Amino acid sequence: MITADETILTSARENRPTMLSVHNLQMRFGGLSAVDGINFHVKEKEIFAIIGPNGAGKTTVFNCISGFYKPSKGEIVYGGNDIAGQPSHKLARKGIVRTFQNVRLFRNMTVVENLLVAQHAQLNTNLLSGLFNTSRYRVSEQAALSRATFWLNKVRLRDVANREAGNLSYGQQRRLEIARCMITHPKLLLLDEPAAGLNPQETVALDVLIRDLRETCGVTILLIEHDMRLVMEISDCILVMEYGQPIAEGTPEEVKNNPRVIQAYLGAADE
Amino acid sequence: MRGETGMHVVVKDAVIAALVTALLTIPLIGLRLNVESTGLVLRTEMFWPLTAILVVFFGRLILPFIRRPTLPVKIPTEKIIPKIAEYRKVWLGALLVFAVTLPFTPPGGSMLTGLTMAMIYMLLALGLNIVVGYAGLLDLGHAAFYAIGAYTYALLNQYYGLSFWQALPLAGIAAGFFGIVLGFPVLRLRGDYLAIVTLGFGEIVRLLLNNWDSLTGGPDGITNISKPTLFGWEITRRARGEGETLWQFLGVDFVNTYQLIALYFIGLLLVVVAVIVIDRLSKMPVGRAWEALREDEIACRSLGLSPTMIKLTAFSLGSMFAGFAGAFYAAYLGSVTPDSFAFIESAIILSIVVLGGMGSQRGVLLAALTLTLLPEFARDFAEYRMLIFGLVMVLMMIWRPQGLWPASRRRVELPTS
Repeated sequence: MITADETILTSARENRPTMLSVHNLQMRFGGLSAVDGINFHVKEKEIFAIIGPNGAGKTTVFNCISGFYKPSKGEIVYGGNDIAGQPSHKLARKGIVRTFQNVRLFRNMTVVENLLVAQHAQLNTNLLSGLFNTSRYRVSEQAALSRATFWLNKVRLRDVANREAGNLSYGQQRRLEIARCMITHPKLLLLDEPAAGLNPQETVALDVLIRDLRETCGVTILLIEHDMRLVMEISDCILVMEYGQPIAEGTPEEVKNNPRVIQAYLGAADE
Repeated sequence: MRGETGMHVVVKDAVIAALVTALLTIPLIGLRLNVESTGLVLRTEMFWPLTAILVVFFGRLILPFIRRPTLPVKIPTEKIIPKIAEYRKVWLGALLVFAVTLPFTPPGGSMLTGLTMAMIYMLLALGLNIVVGYAGLLDLGHAAFYAIGAYTYALLNQYYGLSFWQALPLAGIAAGFFGIVLGFPVLRLRGDYLAIVTLGFGEIVRLLLNNWDSLTGGPDGITNISKPTLFGWEITRRARGEGETLWQFLGVDFVNTYQLIALYFIGLLLVVVAVIVIDRLSKMPVGRAWEALREDEIACRSLGLSPTMIKLTAFSLGSMFAGFAGAFYAAYLGSVTPDSFAFIESAIILSIVVLGGMGSQRGVLLAALTLTLLPEFARDFAEYRMLIFGLVMVLMMIWRPQGLWPASRRRVELPTS
């Protein structure tokens, strides 16, 4: 299956250290095999996309990596350890943070509060120092607020900082969710359909934002997306899934021309 | 919507309708050409037109009150978060002065027991507000922690002679500890399931107190518990041992009311401290985490917040305030029996939180005061108390589910970069 082109690409990618490798991942729900035999490696500072028709098992892969599901079989190696089955909040503290297909904000809290909550793990959460308002506590809170301000400026939400998150427009909510992830200083950012529900201008702005996150924050990005323009534009490597199984992997060019992928998306030619 | 401007619109509308009626009726009915001997005579007949105009005018006036007004389509407006009132401190100060002077006024003096009970319910509801209001965990067994606090003081006083102020922190710690004990098994539960387990826990505690005769005195409970002291002075008629009473120190003759006033002040002190502490907690990372847990547990986990820790802090701190309330209750009454901690107490405390507004401290205080003082005012309706209570809860949930005085979100001034 491996073409000459792909070998060259693989060797070029080889030089970069691996951030995440998934080996033979399998997830069963009773008799249903949602994901089976998935293998891939995400290199550092890479934008890696997983695409595929609806129900292909992309989100299931995300849920396994981010600790919301315990995989039935297989290894997920991150930072030298197999992290399969570890609880999600521990993985988040290790730097794997995700967004959700249908945005999950703290809707009745303000935008800035959403960003403050996300920093919980980095803050001085000692009850007594908070109650007595010690100087260390004040410094910690002040730092949290200035980090929140930085991200509000970055995702253009400063003007709505004190509004309830549930009242924002859909595009703003998506940006807030990404900012809320980034403020935790992740190493690996999982974006589950970040462009869903965005208008074309917002999607273009999202391109810029995702690239910028990689360049300035050095974060590795794993992406599920249906918007092919976005995926082809920004991805370094793409994994295509169908019915829980991998059908192709490679650069956007390779994937675009892969007959198996075309068949999966457009259906087989009539015979 | 319907303030003065509403009335203004209605009157204007009625005047216009009356004018139209006048234009139509006066020429048609009021003016009549009669053929008389001398020729045509224009007669004005104003009775029927005037009647019509008046009927239309007043009809138009009362119409909006009979018919449901058809308001213009309401465009959902951005909920603007109010700035913290600049006079907040002034208001709070005035409120405190009012609370301090209240027992010395005639109406306050006659309601001292009611007011002190209101303080106890305030403490209980402030604690439950952490669990239900902030963290969104439905707890139907809050009376259990109330009981644990009360019995902790009662037993420590009975067996070891500890004073109220010595036992108070221990009562809080004991209740908080049991909050954690309850918290562990229910960590995976949410909503209805959590409610059932906490309900069961409340009953277990009550039955345990009822049946452990050798320790708790069974259904008879524990009596003759010491009253608290105020700044080291006893507030009873006669001091135990060689201590001095506050009344001897002040040089006044003991009247029962004085003791009630002193107890009222201790209750007030506890409530003020609780309000300040919980207000600070709610601004701290732990308070934000509670609210985030209520909003979305999955999002919390995805951001590295441990739901376990958040739930345990909410349960233990919420229960701790119930423990304080319990210790004060035991000291206030001088006796405790398991009957005082039945399920109905948990239900009332929860009602206070829901009625006041979940997550709103001021709402909870207002609701506690309302629900404990209303029965005092409405003695004549004593038999219908629970009926009215139930009806109020139903109506509130339909028309004002956010509570009497819901919390407003805090505004944060961002540093200018």
